[in-house]
Amino acid sequence: MEPQSCVNINKEWDIVGARQLGREMAKKLGFGTVDQARIATAVSELARNIYLYADKGQICFEVIDKRERQGLCMTAVDTGPGISDISKVMEDGYTTSGGLGAGLPGVKRLMDEFDIVSEIEKGTRIKTVKWIR
Amino acid sequence: MEEVIDNSAANYKELLKHYLESQDEQALYGVEKVSKSFIKNEILPEEIINLHIQAMGEINPNLKADYKHSMNFLLEAMIFYGLAMQEIPLLKEEKHVLKSEISVAASMQKTLLGTTKPTIEGLDIGIISVPAHQMNGDYHHFIKGKDGSLGIAIADVVGKGIPAALCMSMIKYAMDSYPEESMSPKSILKNLNRVVERNVDPSMFITMCYAHYKPKESKLYLSSAGHEPGYYYHAQSDTFEEIETKGLVLGVSPDTEYAQYELPINKNDMIILLTDGVTECRDGDRFIDSREVLDIIKQYADLPAQQMVEGVYKHFEKLQDFQLRDDFTLLVLRKDV
Repeated sequence: MEPQSCVNINKEWDIVGARQLGREMAKKLGFGTVDQARIATAVSELARNIYLYADKGQICFEVIDKRERQGLCMTAVDTGPGISDISKVMEDGYTTSGGLGAGLPGVKRLMDEFDIVSEIEKGTRIKTVKWIR
Repeated sequence: MEEVIDNSAANYKELLKHYLESQDEQALYGVEKVSKSFIKNEILPEEIINLHIQAMGEINPNLKADYKHSMNFLLEAMIFYGLAMQEIPLLKEEKHVLKSEISVAASMQKTLLGTTKPTIEGLDIGIISVPAHQMNGDYHHFIKGKDGSLGIAIADVVGKGIPAALCMSMIKYAMDSYPEESMSPKSILKNLNRVVERNVDPSMFITMCYAHYKPKESKLYLSSAGHEPGYYYHAQSDTFEEIETKGLVLGVSPDTEYAQYELPINKNDMIILLTDGVTECRDGDRFIDSREVLDIIKQYADLPAQQMVEGVYKHFEKLQDFQLRDDFTLLVLRKDV
């Protein structure tokens, strides 16, 4: 397994490819069925954001192998318009209101670590980690 | 949380095994209890499906591949349900915050718009005003003049809840700024109309009735801005008469003039002012008609004015299964002597 692999997101079909790669890596790393599904869903949300709101971007997967624990790190980078009000997109409570999807709060919930950096006109970078339980 | 799953897992597996063998109700009752403990511990649906997959795998190692795939498919379908479920505590908390903020606003409104029922010799006054929700969109106010006269305002914002209540505060403060005793009902409405027209969103309007009772003349002067018509009770003939008034609702046109009406009040006569929350009470799906309102008022007419309005309110509250649909304000004046 390569330590890092990336998927470019340009069209909707690429979301499926990203999900698949994320799930395969999670499986190889030894994540359980439930966590595999959660990781795939998080990938979906990140990739869909790129597909819907940014011109192009990619999602990269990286195995984290520390002595005390192992995990999977996913980084979504795009060169889209950027997010002007991060607190607003991180506002919780939209899954139940039937919006576009779980969005970023959903990703945060599905994963263990979550970090977002965004610059207007330049793009957004989201880094998330899931640790093996 | 994982501990709960582990504990319940063994239990779940036993129950499932028992059920596969016997299909009996006892196992189903058992799983009902397990399910309650899952909910209590906020176990997500995908975890329960996973528990089921594992239990089935242990009970029967020769499961068909199709079945296994289908269960994984189901697990996948549950992920978003799990996310939605995790939002529930947050939504509950938000609801709680909103509720307490509204209750603060409602008590503030009570203080801001508070008015005390004055004592006027020879006049028995009854008033009840109950909001449908926490905030009241009806408004009433008493002003006792130095000459012993009584000014009464009763108003209704079209609309309910917080916007209506905010609007009412404006009316109250505009009225406070007028030198009441020198002003007649028609000029008060004319002034308020201008305030409302300038300050309130065109989609919102206010109906209002202003009455001024002069005990020395035994006369009531009254003007109305599109308000629900009040009633005049003639004690001598024991009949009710609608007080016919004309006047545009407040806030529509800046230069509206209001007509002023003059009613002589004799002993035991009554003036009844109300808002449409009274006349538009519903009995099931049917709106009651004004005749019925008057019939009920008559039933309680032997009582002192305050007990009378309370009795009428209780009647309609019960009629509507204790769920008011609109703010309810009823005011009765009776000349005692």
